[in-house]
Amino acid sequence: MSRHVVASVGEVAPGNSKIVTVKGREIGVFNIKGEYFALANKCPHAGASLCQGRLGGLALSDGPGDYRLVRQGELLKCPWHGWEFDVRTGQSWCDPENTYVRQYAVSVEGGEELLKGPYVIDTFKVAVEENYIIVEM
Amino acid sequence: MNINVRGQSIDQQATRLAVVDCDIHPQMRAASDLFPFLSERWRTHMQTYSSFVRQALAETLAYPRMTPDVARRDAWPPGGAPPGSDLQFMREQHLDPNGVEVGVLVPLRTGAGSQRNLDYGAALAHAMNDWQVAEWLDKEPRLRGSILCTPEDPVAAVREIEQRAKDRRFVQVLLPPRTDEPLGRRRYWPIYEAAVRNNLPIGMHVGGVSGHPATGGSGAPSYYLEEHHSLVPAMQAVVTSMVLEGVFEAFPSLKVALVEGSFAWSPALSWRLDKAWKHMKDEVPHLKRKPSEYVREHFWYTTQPIEEPDDPQDLFKVMDWIGWDHLMFSTDYPHWDFDDPRYVFKAKLDEKRRSMIFRDNAKALYGLV
Repeated sequence: MSRHVVASVGEVAPGNSKIVTVKGREIGVFNIKGEYFALANKCPHAGASLCQGRLGGLALSDGPGDYRLVRQGELLKCPWHGWEFDVRTGQSWCDPENTYVRQYAVSVEGGEELLKGPYVIDTFKVAVEENYIIVEM
Repeated sequence: MNINVRGQSIDQQATRLAVVDCDIHPQMRAASDLFPFLSERWRTHMQTYSSFVRQALAETLAYPRMTPDVARRDAWPPGGAPPGSDLQFMREQHLDPNGVEVGVLVPLRTGAGSQRNLDYGAALAHAMNDWQVAEWLDKEPRLRGSILCTPEDPVAAVREIEQRAKDRRFVQVLLPPRTDEPLGRRRYWPIYEAAVRNNLPIGMHVGGVSGHPATGGSGAPSYYLEEHHSLVPAMQAVVTSMVLEGVFEAFPSLKVALVEGSFAWSPALSWRLDKAWKHMKDEVPHLKRKPSEYVREHFWYTTQPIEEPDDPQDLFKVMDWIGWDHLMFSTDYPHWDFDDPRYVFKAKLDEKRRSMIFRDNAKALYGLV
């Protein structure tokens, strides 16, 4: 397990995502209301680039005629068949028992800490005064 | 709201797949792409009046789709042309990485076969056949074409079939399952006769415009999920009509490929027809065999969008009932319900069956070499 600097926090605004490559694998880094999550960019259903999907909410209902949209921006919808995944847990909404997308631990560190190491910083310059998104893999 | 997402990168991983894809949808960048293939008279008609089909709002679909242009969100070529309109992007995103040895084009746009103005429909079918040759078949040797024609004007349809059949890159005659009357009716038989005479199967891709609610007469559907499923009973109605009208007694060598209509329903339909036929066969004395035997012998099925039962072995059981020699892999590229050849089967297929489904059956039906 190693820790990889994948972006500065400014690059991934709330409600947005960035697809990065770590150890040869594509990972989507998401900012949900200031919290960061990382998911494998491969849909477990049929292999699509899941993280190119659209973020939306969860439509819930207690019965016909009753509808509400909750958790807006926290569900990722696959660009092919529309399977939805909970960005917070990686769990599939259509098949939560059996299907989930691989999640990676994410944290935010200051540039000062990073420069002390041990982090893999191979893609860009780290500045002391900035904060960075770290993925463990 | 429908929002487009452009692909950021294309997975170019090398694979050892070699597949015949029986359902690829090419598209025009704009309707004007057809202008070079239309006479001045029909160019003017297109620009002045355009389409009229058996429904209100002629240029719309029967129900709004889940994604823009019914497409995978990563299928928009760089530059923003519509999905399926850029051959180079199709090569990079689909033909190369998915190991497509042969891809059968199924052009759907303009609804040539559903036009009320029969002469305009015939002109569109003719133009789109020319367009397939010039823009796709001449440029990419892996692709094959489908002969578009006008089922409601069989004279024009037969003329078009006879002209195109000389070019063996056209591998089937394409009909929509939703027509003015059920497709077993005798008004459509000249088309079957021409197909048989030229040793071409009929390809029937879901869609067409019935002019009636997709539910089959009980009113308009409320949801896309409901309308999407109605493609299946439409296919069942076609199979039933063709069998019971005696089409396969009249044309014993006719072969029909049902494209994108799924397949798990077929054994249940056959059981049902066989049971009722035992009671009522004096009503259809022109049938010499059980309905299921005509179904088994004359219909082929493409796999996409494949059924996904909880136990994948259940699907193999259904495939046993249908016959493994009558199922052919398809992707539906670039549409949203695309099946990927690596993921389409959730349980392991032995090599022989794999080869039948992914290549051999289509090569035999379409006479591919």
